[in-house]
Amino acid sequence: MDIVEVRDLTYKYPTSSDQVLRGVSLRVKKGEFCSIIGPNGAGKTTLCNAIRGLVPHFYKGDMQGEVLINGQSTMDVSLADLALSVGFVFQNPFTQISGIAKTVFGELAFGLENLGVEPDEIRRRVSRMLEVAKLQDLAERSPFEISGGQQQRVALASIIIMEPEILVIDEPTSQLDPQSTEEIFEIIQLMKMQGKTIILVEHKIDLVAQYSDHVVLIEDGSIVMDGSTDEILSDPAVLQHGTSLPQFALLGIEMRKRGYRLDKIPITEAQAVEQIGGYFTEKAVD
Amino acid sequence: MPYIEMKNVFFKYPNGFEALQDLSLDIDKGEKVAIIGQNGAGKTTMVKLINGLLKPTEGDIRINGKNTREYTTAKIAHWVSYVFQNPDDQIFHNDVISEISFGPKNFKMDDDKIEQNVKAAAELCGIEKFLEENPYDLPLATRKFITIASIIAMDTDVIILDEPTAGQDKKGIECLAQVIDHLRGKGKTVITITHDMEFVVNNFDRTVVMAQKQKAADGPTREIFWQEDVLQKARLKQPYISSLSLKLGLGGNNLTIGDFIAGLEQRRHS
Repeated sequence: MDIVEVRDLTYKYPTSSDQVLRGVSLRVKKGEFCSIIGPNGAGKTTLCNAIRGLVPHFYKGDMQGEVLINGQSTMDVSLADLALSVGFVFQNPFTQISGIAKTVFGELAFGLENLGVEPDEIRRRVSRMLEVAKLQDLAERSPFEISGGQQQRVALASIIIMEPEILVIDEPTSQLDPQSTEEIFEIIQLMKMQGKTIILVEHKIDLVAQYSDHVVLIEDGSIVMDGSTDEILSDPAVLQHGTSLPQFALLGIEMRKRGYRLDKIPITEAQAVEQIGGYFTEKAVD
Repeated sequence: MPYIEMKNVFFKYPNGFEALQDLSLDIDKGEKVAIIGQNGAGKTTMVKLINGLLKPTEGDIRINGKNTREYTTAKIAHWVSYVFQNPDDQIFHNDVISEISFGPKNFKMDDDKIEQNVKAAAELCGIEKFLEENPYDLPLATRKFITIASIIAMDTDVIILDEPTAGQDKKGIECLAQVIDHLRGKGKTVITITHDMEFVVNNFDRTVVMAQKQKAADGPTREIFWQEDVLQKARLKQPYISSLSLKLGLGGNNLTIGDFIAGLEQRRHS
């Protein structure tokens, strides 16, 4: 079943002169990890805003077409009710953090308090979330006195803890070092394993290749490529749309150019070992 | 004499937090140096010490022989300029052209020279069409290029870029590589902090690794990414192609796709 369906969506912000999204149609299955890639300014964040209902409920502007969450149009549901099914992690953690809670513990509890969850249950869930997000040591610190990387983890954890069915996550790792980036991807992967649907905007294409099931490439407000991760991220056409490919795919494409025979273009290290490893025993060259 | 000389430098923030311990580092004129390491390892503190925004608690830093303790930050800015990690900490004008012109004007360059520097810097950074716009109407990745252009227009000997790759798309990364090449061609020293290991191997011959407030390693990029103990200490990983080479037993300390293919060809012919 398609948990998210975007139908022929065209949108213009009140202040923009051009349409930011033009005839975008997209289906995301329940439990799928879908990554949205493409150049800066292509409309990735706006599409996220539309799935979360912030477009048009909060931003207003002109919208044509519709977005269905579990078959229901976002126009027919209030933002508050949509928040129960769609969790949204903003690009900038400063935008996300409530500014009300004095501690990281309180920040994680904030959403659950608003949902009217019982105090014992809140304590239990916050403790578990602190552990999953590796935030135990920061539990009593102010959310504003920790590093940018730690804030990105708190922002993500504060949404995950509400257990929305769908998580929309906009560039969660832009300020992070490689290790913290992988930790974020591991948390997201854990959510996928719990059956959540993930929609992620991310430039780190090697990690997109490693973790996602479905890849959508947006350029200039339109979806120009849409398919399985293997199919899209092994296709050199991606490079023509202002987007990079995984290192292993670039290697495979270059090897093919030089006459090496590969059954398919690898996109992850495991695939590269499988596809290229043969040349380290014996394999003919065209 | 190296152009930048850091000798046993320690730095403690006023709240008592020690961010850097016993750092010694020399950088020559015209070098391209990448600085890598985890968040909180001391990278930004280190470069702010080089351009005099911070002064060492202990030890000395000399720029072209001049001890930074004896000069104001405004003076040191004539030799070393710094692009902030967060562009919003740097930008304060209402239009792009005023922002880029600010540094050269402060240096009392004549009007023709200002106009020429601003135009050249904006073109190099691919933002010439935004000159009349308000920086805050432009996306973050573009604001980063505005701050880079502002620094390039000042035409200093040393240019420091703090995480220019964060949030950049393919075009942005390619533009950064061009900017760095161009600066290197003009004999500038370019120091860049980044978390993008592929960007490091494709653009820098020398890499400094920071870990737990100290310098963990300093050397040719090719050597650094094959020192397992250093990477482990700094909690960094090899570039993707190096890791694949290691898994497949392809020797030769490969870093890039070009290295990998050359290694493969060599194997085929032997």
